[in-house]
Amino acid sequence: MISQIFILSSKGDHLIYKDFRGEESKDSISVFYEMVTALSGDQPPVVMSHKGLHFIHVRQGGLYWVASTKTNPSPFTIIEFLNRLAALTKDYCGSLSEKSVRMNFALIYELLDEMVVNDFGYIQTTSTDILKNFIQTEAVSSKPFSLFDLSNVGLFGAETQQSKVAPSVAASRPIMSSRGEQGGKNEIFVDVIERLSVVIGSKGVLMKADIQGEIRIKCFLPTCSEMRIGLNEELSIGKSQLKGYSSAVRVDECRFHQAVKLDEFDTFRILKVCPSQGEQTVMQYQLCDELPCAPPFQLFPSVEKDYVNRSVNLSMVLIFLKLRCDLPPKRSVFILHTSITPLPLSILYSMSQELSSPDQTAELQPKNKALLWEIPRFPGGAQLSALFKVDVPGLSSASLLEVGPVSMSFELPKQTCTGLQIRFLRLSPTQTGLSQRWVRYVTHSDSYTIRI
Amino acid sequence: MPYLGSEEVVKELRRALSNPNVQADRLRYKNYITKVIRYMTQGLDVSALFMDMVKASATVDIVQKKLVYLYMCTYASDKPDLALLAINTLRKDCADPNPMVRGLALRNMCNFRMPGMTEYIEQPIVAGLRDKASYVRRVAVLGCAKMHSLQPNTEIDGTIVNELYALLRDPDPVVVVNCLRALEEILKDEGGVVINKPIAHHLLNRMKDLDSWAQSEVLTFLLRYRPRSDDELFDILSLLDAFLLSSHAHVAVATLRLFLHLASAHPTVQADALLRTSAPLLATCGAASRELRFAGLCHVQQVMRSQPGLFGTHYKRFFCGYSEPSYIKFRKMEILVELVNDENVSLVLEELRSYCTDVSPELAQAAIAAIGRIARTYSEKCLDILTGLLGLKQDHITSAVIQTFRDLVWFCPQSTAAVCQTVGACVDSPQDSEGKQALLWLLGEHGDQISSAPYVMEGYIDGLKTELSSAVKMELLTAAVKMFLCRPAETQDMLGRPLHYCIEEESDVCVRDRALLYYRLLQRGVEETRKVVTGPKSDPSMSVLTGRQEEPISEWASTFNTLGPLAGCDLCPQTDATSAADQPSCRAENELLPDVTLSSPDDTEEEISLSLGPPLSHETFEKMWLDLETLHRQTLGFPRPRAAPDTLQAALQLVKIQTLAFTPGDTVPWKAYIYTRSTETLILAELLQGDQQAPGSDESLVVSVKQQPVNQHAIRGFVSVLKSVLWPIKSKN
Repeated sequence: MISQIFILSSKGDHLIYKDFRGEESKDSISVFYEMVTALSGDQPPVVMSHKGLHFIHVRQGGLYWVASTKTNPSPFTIIEFLNRLAALTKDYCGSLSEKSVRMNFALIYELLDEMVVNDFGYIQTTSTDILKNFIQTEAVSSKPFSLFDLSNVGLFGAETQQSKVAPSVAASRPIMSSRGEQGGKNEIFVDVIERLSVVIGSKGVLMKADIQGEIRIKCFLPTCSEMRIGLNEELSIGKSQLKGYSSAVRVDECRFHQAVKLDEFDTFRILKVCPSQGEQTVMQYQLCDELPCAPPFQLFPSVEKDYVNRSVNLSMVLIFLKLRCDLPPKRSVFILHTSITPLPLSILYSMSQELSSPDQTAELQPKNKALLWEIPRFPGGAQLSALFKVDVPGLSSASLLEVGPVSMSFELPKQTCTGLQIRFLRLSPTQTGLSQRWVRYVTHSDSYTIRI
Repeated sequence: MPYLGSEEVVKELRRALSNPNVQADRLRYKNYITKVIRYMTQGLDVSALFMDMVKASATVDIVQKKLVYLYMCTYASDKPDLALLAINTLRKDCADPNPMVRGLALRNMCNFRMPGMTEYIEQPIVAGLRDKASYVRRVAVLGCAKMHSLQPNTEIDGTIVNELYALLRDPDPVVVVNCLRALEEILKDEGGVVINKPIAHHLLNRMKDLDSWAQSEVLTFLLRYRPRSDDELFDILSLLDAFLLSSHAHVAVATLRLFLHLASAHPTVQADALLRTSAPLLATCGAASRELRFAGLCHVQQVMRSQPGLFGTHYKRFFCGYSEPSYIKFRKMEILVELVNDENVSLVLEELRSYCTDVSPELAQAAIAAIGRIARTYSEKCLDILTGLLGLKQDHITSAVIQTFRDLVWFCPQSTAAVCQTVGACVDSPQDSEGKQALLWLLGEHGDQISSAPYVMEGYIDGLKTELSSAVKMELLTAAVKMFLCRPAETQDMLGRPLHYCIEEESDVCVRDRALLYYRLLQRGVEETRKVVTGPKSDPSMSVLTGRQEEPISEWASTFNTLGPLAGCDLCPQTDATSAADQPSCRAENELLPDVTLSSPDDTEEEISLSLGPPLSHETFEKMWLDLETLHRQTLGFPRPRAAPDTLQAALQLVKIQTLAFTPGDTVPWKAYIYTRSTETLILAELLQGDQQAPGSDESLVVSVKQQPVNQHAIRGFVSVLKSVLWPIKSKN
């Protein structure tokens, strides 16, 4: 059971505080904040205890979501619950930020009070279907910066002009908007999101490749009858099953939301679900140790040592990076951060760079011993190169071994690495035809590391 | 900001709320109420507006009602007399035709934490239990628990308990779970709610209707049920089988715990359950939420204590991601070390090798230590990597590698030759004191195999005067003596200098004592010294194969899926579930109400264990010290230790007692403040000598102990631990 729940901003401001059992005083908030800020980087912050009171917290949207308890509950339950609370807040307020929580504090109190969470510290329900009957406060949406709406930066950075792509902000609005204002926007979004975690060894060998994927539905329809989601027919699950020849899309294992009906899944790969309002994950899947396609990036690095002036031992490191994007030519990557850490220590004086196009930037971060190379747009099939000269006084040839690895973070829109696709999305015929359906794909880099 | 001039704000709000024009305009009125709540959250005291807020509760607008109720619950305990005024409105709402209003009023009325509430809420609660709307029943059921907590010492109301047991058959799943929760609270003193066969089977059959939160909670309640026969056991297990693979991690883990508990007599069933749950557990280790990842990793570590091979093929899942926080990386490295086998060793080492050059020195050192652990089994490969790291000439890396070498030689003597060769060839020496100590230990212990040892040692002896750390000085003395024993010709001259310096000029008592000890020892002759100084060169209890023993599952199953694994060992309070499960449950199978058996008070025989826990600030200590009563005062019977403050502090720390403050040197009266934690209690103590006011303190130390919460057993244990530490130190001088 939960004694208190509170939400703090990153600076420790009290945004929301609710005491369920009257066991502890409000001082525990400052106790928690002191403890969490006093921790050094390597101490696990998730569970902390103070005089028999345990604090469990998650960080979401830059805020601390904290539950305190005097019993010894399941950590999984509390952590998932706090994550769920954050997700619900996001559903109801449209976005998750200090500002939106501040603006909608009455609504969040209502969420906390009414069913969502807790009565006397016991979780009651977190289902939006039930909640919508009880939640009465309307969300105040913090209007995002208006230029953002006008700009052509769209879904996960994709350009919106081309054809039917919903703008990226389309899905970040409160699920309960007043009837008139956004009327007719009976939308449903189905997102296929994959997180890629790859390690490529120094000789270009793929050492590790994992994909964690999920199909997420965000539903704005007030009521929704059954929806059928058709996945690739050739999708096979597990190692043994192989259907057909080449084009098989394979995942190691998958798990479904308990509301998903799977009677047509085995034969037709159709998921049947009645989505409730808000966001939910209907299917999670993973693929390990194997990528159906080549990894999206290949790097050809060379690191050398050069003397500027041999007599005073003023030396520098020459880093030449050639980066190739192995995606099909029509696709492109948006906002690619490439960073090399660590560089050989000691004082890094300066760096000169030669980049292949002016919109790229490179920056030296001496504090993190990092070199950051930023590429705003990288078309598939292209190859970019960069040459960095970093002055390092007193460099030994052994310290060149220390350079590396290269880590990249990126987003591949309209693309899944497993090849999982949604063939169709059908609402049952009884549904009024006004609803709009969107299918979106995106692959994030969870961790993409290339050894030098 | 409202923090300043709060009276102005309150005054203004009162004016607005009592303005009839505002009251007439619903939107404006609500706006002001929202403002009040906002100030309340920010910590401003707006309790003066209570009367106006009570008036505002008489409305049809549910949102406004909710806000006002929130306000009332917050301030009811401060203004009990005014809160009574609100009760009439609330009671009226309890009879409202709208179930939402009924539920809302009932819930908030139960949340008023003030004495004398019981008489007002009892009747609405009893009525609520029979309400036709499930929403109201849910609230009423928990209301019973709240009512009980308002007057914890009164007798348990048998009729309510009976009614709650009957409501376990309610069609609404949340009501069912709430009944369990309420009964658990009301019957806490009697060991909680009783799960007998009909109830257990009923709950099992309802599992499918519950939402995931309720599922995991019911699974925890089921822990206290013991099936009668194997047939029943397997029926239950097959019913629960699907939940092992639930997409909610908390349900999967709770099911696993129940499996491990129920099938404790069937190891194969347990192993099978672990195997099947390994997939969801691994999935949580890769979850998007870091906190969930961490929880998953901690539980994987627990499972690996019994089944080290279970995750062997998935070792790549524990490679660290680039952007992960370091507390996750540390856990992953710990797991990787355990997962190493002949097939994956080279890949794991390559991965760990890449962490050794991480920007964070702590992480780099942990990675080097991890390689050192693997080196106990695969010495050759690891030594190559570690030697290569020395070439980087980074201070923190060199220091960590040398420390790893020291541990390796101790645990794995066959690698001595290779290590000595490397150390001999290593030109630069570590700069921090841990690294220096490690190097000196290696030089002293294995000086005969390191040809350059005397020269390196000489460098340290030359730098002795500028050395700050007394630990390094002591290690240097020991190493010099040891080296003298094995290479007397080269080191005889050298040995005199540090001994002379430390005896004559050193200010640190411990170092001086150590030097004097060696001096006297050497006076007794070389053979005598050799007998005392040289010991075994490696851990004699270590066999060549350092494979970890597999622990039985029962070792950790009781803390599985609790906070214990996440918080480390500091936190091991007995969970309600397990302690209740250990008692014989299902005493009366046919009766729903069990006869009352008082659970025995805490077992006083158990060993006292102290722990450090999070540090106390001086202010908190001072505040608590002034607040608490002295529970125990004792004359220890020996004078205060005259050792250096550092030594005393270190000695106390060793037994998990934290020192807060000392009076310096020979001040009279001499005082020290210390504290420690024992299971669930915090012990504060003062050591005192030479105070005129305290009887008996001129000759001997007097200890006074304060504690929160009180646990006499812990105090006795604490005093005996304290005595055992202080006694040896005081005799030192």
